Amino acid sequence: MRLSEHIYRTISSIRGPLLFADGILAVRIGEVVRIAYPDGTVSDGEVLKIDGGTVLIQVFGETRGLDLATPLVFTDAVKKAPLSAEIIGRVFNGSFLPLDGAPMFVPERWGPVTGMPLNPTARARPEEFIETGFSAIDGLNTLVKGQKLPIFSSAGLPAREMAAGILRNSRLAGGGEFAVVFVALGLTHHDYSFYMQVLAEMKSGFVAFINRAGEPVVERLLAPRFGLAVAEYLAFTRGMDVLVLVTDMTNYCDALREVSTAREELPGRRGYPGYMYSDLASIYERAGRIKGMAGSVTMLPVVTMPEDDITHPIPDLTGYITEGQIVLSRELHQREVFPPVDVLPSLSRLMQRGIGAGHTREDHRRVANLLYKHYAKGRDLRRLEAIVGRDGMIESDRLMLDFAEAFERELVNQGGARRDIDETLDTGIALLRRFSLETS
Amino acid sequence: MTGRILGISGPTVTVDLTGLKLYDMVRVGEAGLIGEVVRLERDRAVVQVYQDTRGLAVNEPARGMDAPLTVQLGPGLLSGMFDGLQRPLERIREESGPFISGGRELFPLDRDRSWRFIPAKREGEEVAPGEILGHVEEGPFRHPIFARHAGRLARLADGACTLGEALGAMADGREISAVESWPVRKARPYRKKLSPSAPLVTGQRVIDFLFPLARGGTAIFPGGFGTGKTILEQAIAKFVDVDLVVYVGCGERGNEMAELLEEFVSLADPWSGQPLMQRTIVVVNTSNMPVAAREASIYTAVTMAEYYRDMGFHVLLLADSISRWAEALREISSSLEEMPGEEGYPTYLSSRLAGFFERAGVVETLGGQIGSLSMILSVSPPGGDFTEPVTQACLRTAGAFYMLDTSLAHRRHFPAINWFQSYSLYEREMVGHFSERVAPGWGELHRRCRELLQREETLREVAEIVGVEGLQDADRLLMKVAERVRQEFLSQNAYTEDAFSPPEQTLERIAGIVELFDRAEARLKEGALLDEVLKES
Ligand SMILES: Nc1ncnc2c1ncn2[C@@H]1O[C@H](COP(=O)(O)OP(=O)(O)O)[C@@H](O)[C@H]1O
Ligand SMILES: [Mg+2]
Repeated sequence: MRLSEHIYRTISSIRGPLLFADGILAVRIGEVVRIAYPDGTVSDGEVLKIDGGTVLIQVFGETRGLDLATPLVFTDAVKKAPLSAEIIGRVFNGSFLPLDGAPMFVPERWGPVTGMPLNPTARARPEEFIETGFSAIDGLNTLVKGQKLPIFSSAGLPAREMAAGILRNSRLAGGGEFAVVFVALGLTHHDYSFYMQVLAEMKSGFVAFINRAGEPVVERLLAPRFGLAVAEYLAFTRGMDVLVLVTDMTNYCDALREVSTAREELPGRRGYPGYMYSDLASIYERAGRIKGMAGSVTMLPVVTMPEDDITHPIPDLTGYITEGQIVLSRELHQREVFPPVDVLPSLSRLMQRGIGAGHTREDHRRVANLLYKHYAKGRDLRRLEAIVGRDGMIESDRLMLDFAEAFERELVNQGGARRDIDETLDTGIALLRRFSLETS
Repeated sequence: MTGRILGISGPTVTVDLTGLKLYDMVRVGEAGLIGEVVRLERDRAVVQVYQDTRGLAVNEPARGMDAPLTVQLGPGLLSGMFDGLQRPLERIREESGPFISGGRELFPLDRDRSWRFIPAKREGEEVAPGEILGHVEEGPFRHPIFARHAGRLARLADGACTLGEALGAMADGREISAVESWPVRKARPYRKKLSPSAPLVTGQRVIDFLFPLARGGTAIFPGGFGTGKTILEQAIAKFVDVDLVVYVGCGERGNEMAELLEEFVSLADPWSGQPLMQRTIVVVNTSNMPVAAREASIYTAVTMAEYYRDMGFHVLLLADSISRWAEALREISSSLEEMPGEEGYPTYLSSRLAGFFERAGVVETLGGQIGSLSMILSVSPPGGDFTEPVTQACLRTAGAFYMLDTSLAHRRHFPAINWFQSYSLYEREMVGHFSERVAPGWGELHRRCRELLQREETLREVAEIVGVEGLQDADRLLMKVAERVRQEFLSQNAYTEDAFSPPEQTLERIAGIVELFDRAEARLKEGALLDEVLKES
């Protein structure tokens, strides 16, 4: 243990967001390094790698404007997040500095930013229904407290409107205290104003961490972790149900790739580092519930699929970690279906426990299975229709085509309206009845 | 042997210790984190550290333990839940709360629990290594305690004992213990290997009927996310006809493990009626737990599995997913700055995998009994692309390949095992076995079922050109029947009663469908109309 901060002026090279410094003594991995810029501003960095006296530092601010004589202050501490109930209602930047003009709150305690893994035996199974107001989610891909369920979007699709709808309309079973943690990574000004307005109109409390498009890229690696440290505190110390919305994880992964490239690490698929799975897991796995404790952390990350490609490493690794995915479809969007959710590749892995008597409604499972089955059939037949034409098809197949169409128009599509679970299921039943499908 | 930390990079730490052996355990830092030597140089060693290295500083102490990574083997492993280093997760939670903070050292077995030891030998008797000294009752199992040294027995317990005390002593003064340590990376010995000959009944129709597995065999099922790997692993863990199951949650989700634990505590083994957890050992290193311990987890698990195999039990090891293990290997390899092979995986990926698969098999144990260790591993190929290195490396050694198909999963056909691409090298022998044991018609039905599915595929291609309307009645009938085979026979909903299908029921079901087909076909030949025939069935 060192007793004080150490100051060095031994930067040997600066490479993108990384600094190398020599002759450093007794440094820790993950240690916070304060960097005092020649212009008087200060930014934080973190020790990534140590080789004897040579240290590799990742800078969370801009490295532009740094020179080799810049002083580095080694603080002997790993990164901690300030925590307090007073945080609710506040807006911070990606380095946890207030953006709302109000002074920093007095922390009640400090928590590790990266968190600690939850002991699997301590986890409580997520099974309490969250009603989002969207039929495609509530009815067919039900979300529960403690789940991590990403929205897979593509450029130009209304993921933003959908996320906002969920924030506005979500109702939680068991109605404890509810809060939203909003983490924005690389947000454009346009999106930023949109979301701030949504947050301002919300009745429940929120905390926001905002990193905008022009702000330091590496800060994007930090902001979600701050958000989650706060979420864990609100959930497991304060007993609140916390919904964490992170947008956009694609920008997070690009930041990770940028640092990896600067480190000259061997690139994996599409240049993303080989450890991206473990890194993403260290974020997503922080969602959950704990046995014998009130509170929950539910996560809704938004992922924009580059080139609309679900096999791209970002959605792919995300899907491998999260408990399902809500996939938006360009085709439905073009046909003005809102929300444009394609229910076939969408999935909620935790749905089974969260539906039925005592959770949603007794007939939920049966209705959902029937809708799904017939819609899948109808969609399958569209391929055939494209080849042989509608007239070449037998009557029962034509019926299924019509059903699939009606399903999209009437059940998935709901415009700006909010539907509660009864309305969702009743809409589904009416649809099945109209096509005489309610019993097969 | 003490020294200092020289450098730290991700999960690897360089220390200035000398005189170490490769794979020796080393404790690093003030916190005493556990690691394993993965590279030796003249004046330094590189250690793969099993716990989070955050906060570790250079110049902190490092100490060689002069022993490789070992697990403790003895009564009480069953129904336990361990992390990748065999630390007991329940007790960690009791002692340090819901989050794992690292650094905690706990003996994997309960030292204070009282067992009833029933001796088979008496004081004064000569014993040879591998001979049974006696046994304890571990749940419904008779857990033998073997002699490890040759010599005369001076003392041997009878009745109540605990693992914390010696079970007895040899005349030369050596203590007899019910607990044994074993290095995880070293396969446990046996007298000889036998070839697999009995089926491993999984309770999944598509596996047992179309692509049967053998006890002592190995299988993989690769599939993209959401194709049903985890549900299938868990369904097999619940229903499989073996004595014991070792389940490894390797780099996957925490909530899944919570689900498994909750279910296993309340469910019964369908074959013995005993609580399911009593025949199960769970090893879990979720995706957010340290990556080096994830790498070790499959070895920890297989060593415990071998331990019970050596008592003459039939053991199944299930791992979900082996890709996460391979990725851990890749992360460690890359922080060692090793020369990478395909997609960044180290070039020794396939030899390591083959070495792991090699620990499966049917064996004649040192004590002369027959035990088996089977393996079923899930694989998570990036982007669902089966040409990637891990799937390919597994394919070279695994005896059965169950390809999980994304398009089947999207249609909610589960288990989403593709019946054209999958195969089992045990198929012929096991089909013969089922024909002998279950019903003589098994083999013929197996052939008919295959044929139906094959013909459906051909007809589907035709229908895509001419439309279903354009098909002849006999062909449309076949397509109807094949649809029933898919929906009522090949798929099994894990959330219903149908999740488990014993062989007799499997046979009955397919026999029913094939019979119906034959009858309907005959009626068509007599001149009946398709719609009438379909209505009748
Ligand atoms: N046998 C099955 N019966 C019913 N549903 C299943 C079955 N297998 C998988 N599923 C569905 O598929 C989802 C994903 O399965 P899972 O095993 O978690 O996939 P993977 O591990 O391959 O990502 C489950 O949540 C469930 O909804
Ligand atoms: Mg899985």
